[in-house]
Amino acid sequence: MNRAAIDLWVGVFVAIGLGAILFLALKVGNLLTLDSTPSYHIEASFDNIGGLKLRSPVKAAGVVVGRVESIRLDLKTYEAVVTMRIDRSYAFSKDTIASINTSGLLGEVYVGLDAGGDTAILNDGDQIAKTQSAVVIEKLISQFLFGKAAEGGASK
Amino acid sequence: MPVAATADSHATLSPTRRLDPAAAAIELSDVWFAYDRRQVLRGITMTVPRGKIVAIMGGSGCGKTTILRLIGGQLKPNKGKVLVGGQSVPDLEPEALYALRRKFGMLFQFGALFTDMTVFENIAFPMREHTDLPESMIRDLVLMKLNAVGLRGAAQLMPSELSGGMGRRVALARAIALDPMLVMYDEPFAGLDPISLAVVGQLIRRLNDALGITSIVVTHDVYESLKIVDYLYFVSDGKIVASGTPDEVRASSDPFVRQFVDGQPDGPVRFHYPAPPYHKALLADVE
Amino acid sequence: MSSDTIGDLSRALRRLGGTVTGGVARLGYMARFLGAILWYTPMALRRLHLTVREIYFSGVLSLVIILMSGLFVGMVLALQGYEVLRRYGAQEQLGLVVALSLVRELGPVIGGLLFASRAGSAITAEIGLMKATEQLSAMEMMAVDPIARVIAPRFWAGVISMPLLAALFSAFGIFGGYLIGVRMIGIDAGAFWGQMQAGVKVWPDITNGIIKSIVFGAAVSLIAVLEGYDAKPTAEGVSSATTRTVVVSSLAILALDFVLTAFMFRGVGL
Repeated sequence: MNRAAIDLWVGVFVAIGLGAILFLALKVGNLLTLDSTPSYHIEASFDNIGGLKLRSPVKAAGVVVGRVESIRLDLKTYEAVVTMRIDRSYAFSKDTIASINTSGLLGEVYVGLDAGGDTAILNDGDQIAKTQSAVVIEKLISQFLFGKAAEGGASK
Repeated sequence: MPVAATADSHATLSPTRRLDPAAAAIELSDVWFAYDRRQVLRGITMTVPRGKIVAIMGGSGCGKTTILRLIGGQLKPNKGKVLVGGQSVPDLEPEALYALRRKFGMLFQFGALFTDMTVFENIAFPMREHTDLPESMIRDLVLMKLNAVGLRGAAQLMPSELSGGMGRRVALARAIALDPMLVMYDEPFAGLDPISLAVVGQLIRRLNDALGITSIVVTHDVYESLKIVDYLYFVSDGKIVASGTPDEVRASSDPFVRQFVDGQPDGPVRFHYPAPPYHKALLADVE
Repeated sequence: MSSDTIGDLSRALRRLGGTVTGGVARLGYMARFLGAILWYTPMALRRLHLTVREIYFSGVLSLVIILMSGLFVGMVLALQGYEVLRRYGAQEQLGLVVALSLVRELGPVIGGLLFASRAGSAITAEIGLMKATEQLSAMEMMAVDPIARVIAPRFWAGVISMPLLAALFSAFGIFGGYLIGVRMIGIDAGAFWGQMQAGVKVWPDITNGIIKSIVFGAAVSLIAVLEGYDAKPTAEGVSSATTRTVVVSSLAILALDFVLTAFMFRGVGL
């Protein structure tokens, strides 16, 4: 095996190896965000975000219009402040409602946007006024049980 | 530059020829060596004069190769001195030892050619490692060495494509690649056909004389050795039991020398491996 | 207790102690050997073509087995993963499951095991044979250090090749998972890639996978060159050294995997 051929094959090997690493980083992982598409940011505060994570989708009518960019806790109101990056081609009215939903029982958690009738639209940096927190199953169950118990007690 | 046609004219033309007049004499005095618990050498004393060919003979496993390794610094003696050109080899610093090894050439048993390189690259190896000569010079030198052993046409073959004799000759060419002052041959005749045997023997003699080097040949081929060497040492059981010039050896009445030279199955070196008496072993199950 | 039993017991204990101290001594020897390799590395790097040549023999020639195995593993992952996820209505997560399994674990580990058996054993056999035919001795006698010229290039070739091979294994595995999950089973391609992108993070998933593969590469290469260098210069010696390389490397990979995983993915939620 002469040296030129070996060098060639090693070069090819290293190239495709690095290519695989790049593929993993870019296509499989989340190295590249939606930086390419022009977008704007809006914020929303929730009592409870449930299982919402960074990079969770933001959907309107089931269509992905953006991603969750950051989540932090507001220490004054003790509410979760979610910053979302929305694709610029989608405009939402100022009275849009943001709610946290789960697709299916164990599916992924996402932010759903229900547009309202206001003619004024949300701009970069605006806050969503009305939000609906995530439904936490345990709270539901305890409410149900508590309610049932209260009912039972009242009827006695 | 005129092309060297024989081993003799080759000697004066090679630019790597060392003009170092330092003594190439080898001296071992009262050397003792053991591998773990096996005592191999028990007080070996021998000298190799500069420019001569000395043979070390003995049965298999008697320590002949060990002597070569002691001279080359791969092993350190438990007792005694190993002097090469006046320097004590076991006491050398690694740098000095490596510098000394560059003046040695060694022909290993069965050649020990680097199997992943061509014949040409094998011989060029020491030149590329230890000199800064340009490739064109190295090419000429390699071809000269190959020519001296008669294998210039085999330069591009791989070691696996060579016959035993050819491989041995290539290894010889590699051993003299840097014009050493001492060449050690470990069983150079082992496993060769009669023609290759004669060729290798002749090459050892001619190169020794043409290059003015000192040679040590470890072998048990009596016939070839008597033809080409200047002095012989016989090693048995870790000691030197006999020594002499080829004529002295041929005329010797020493029983060990006679057994060795005449090829007798039994003599000082016993035929039977130590065992309990024969009739006792046969009758053992009768009891 | 009779003196016989005491004698047997003490002999057994001594042997056990000997094995343990022998094992520890071997670890120390390995560390010193690694030190020697690192010491001679600059010398080996000056002859870059030696290392490049070894990358060819260790890396390029392992490509076929790595790519094929990666593809099959990815396909099986998709099949099995789909069955389990379906029970919870979470089929859409298949891409994520396949990708995480490969990138975090299977790529480095299975890639490492395959590398050990293909390239590691070849390296051991080659060096062992060089030792048996006195080529290493010849090099020493020619004042060339075999560690710089023979050992170090092979070691570094393994360290460089492993992460590349592991990444290729994972990439092909994901592709295999895609073939089965999207093309054959019919999961939505967008969900497949989208869930994957949402869940697989460059840090810690991908980078830790790469770190693992580098560590495994170093371990396998070190064991392979060491066993070859220490092999008894007989046919039997070389063959037992070769099998030892595969066995010890495999165990080392699995043990290191546990240690690294516990360390890296401690407390990292999905």
